[in-house]
Amino acid sequence: MSTADTPKRSMRTPLGRVRNLGAAHSGTSDFWRQRLTAVAMVLLMIPVLVIIMMLLGRNQAGAKQILGSLPVAIIMLLFIIASAWHMKIGMQVVIEDYVHNEKLKLVSIMANNFFSIAVALASIYAILQLSSGV
Amino acid sequence: MVEFALPKNSKITGGKTWPKPAGATDVREFRVYRWNPDDGKNPSVDTYYVDTHDCGPMVLDGLIWIKNHIDPSLTFRRSCREGVCGSCAMNIDGQNTLACTRSMHDVKDGAVKINPLPHQPVVKDLVPDLTNFYAQYASVEPWLKTTSPTPQKEWRQSHEDREKLDGLYECILCACCSTSCPSYWWNSDRYLGPAALLQANRWVSDSRDEATGERLDNLEDPFRLYRCHTIMNCAKACPKGLNPAEAIAELKLKMVERQI
Repeated sequence: MSTADTPKRSMRTPLGRVRNLGAAHSGTSDFWRQRLTAVAMVLLMIPVLVIIMMLLGRNQAGAKQILGSLPVAIIMLLFIIASAWHMKIGMQVVIEDYVHNEKLKLVSIMANNFFSIAVALASIYAILQLSSGV
Repeated sequence: MVEFALPKNSKITGGKTWPKPAGATDVREFRVYRWNPDDGKNPSVDTYYVDTHDCGPMVLDGLIWIKNHIDPSLTFRRSCREGVCGSCAMNIDGQNTLACTRSMHDVKDGAVKINPLPHQPVVKDLVPDLTNFYAQYASVEPWLKTTSPTPQKEWRQSHEDREKLDGLYECILCACCSTSCPSYWWNSDRYLGPAALLQANRWVSDSRDEATGERLDNLEDPFRLYRCHTIMNCAKACPKGLNPAEAIAELKLKMVERQI
């Protein structure tokens, strides 16, 4: 409960407090994307595991050879996008659940977005670099 | 951050043990949460002994017996004593339920431990302040909303459509489900909770209602609806055997259905 609006300090009616700023008319897209990325990860898990097993024990040249294959690179890129997106939504839900200080919540959600995008881009860059053999 | 520990003035300290009833051959121990807003003390847990030969089988019978024979200051809500009104909802042996439909013989392991519904402000002893809970129910506008001219006789509904309300209309608003939900504990100011959402789905599912989209608009919110993480405590707690988690899942499905 936001500090300015706790029952102790506010003279708003209970219904006014519940209605508050109204519905955000959002949330469904995150809900849907979380399920979409979960299903994508289930489907991609086995190919990704196979690729990782193939990469085990190989040197950089060997890794480049495997990741240079277009289907392998695409599977890895799809997995990175799905998992980073899933991670971002999941962490945001945790922050919204437990962080009640509005300023801290805003900063945490920003940091979560930055972190997820940075991890995703760094991983994508690594795959592209290895697969293109640069 | 979320407060995981009780505030200082809510920590339970001590408690009085009342004498066993004289001449009773079969007694049952009751440990009951007590808090009086007027004495400035922290809550305590009092121990009572109920003469089971002189009292009905339900936990509510035990509480009424205590109030009549031992301690008239013990405060709790009750009315119908048959699981219809929802007044006597409380936490018995760690589970939210109705005191009138929970047999004291079903409570194993010694004492019958009774606390008010969790994570609600306490008015006194076992009486929680459900103002916010009732306001959340009011916010889903639980009445038939129509634009078409009112029919001369009645709004008609097929048997199939009526059956869609089964499992929803039986809710007695006892608050056992909402107050058992961790998501509701942490965010009850913004999350409507299982009971209000089950009631919302009752009206969204009603074939006679003409405000379905408007109702879904009012629920589509990361907090109002999407704080439900399918923990399922609500379904476990419901003393009427309803499944609020399923009702919430149906709402989420309808939200997706109208988008794709």
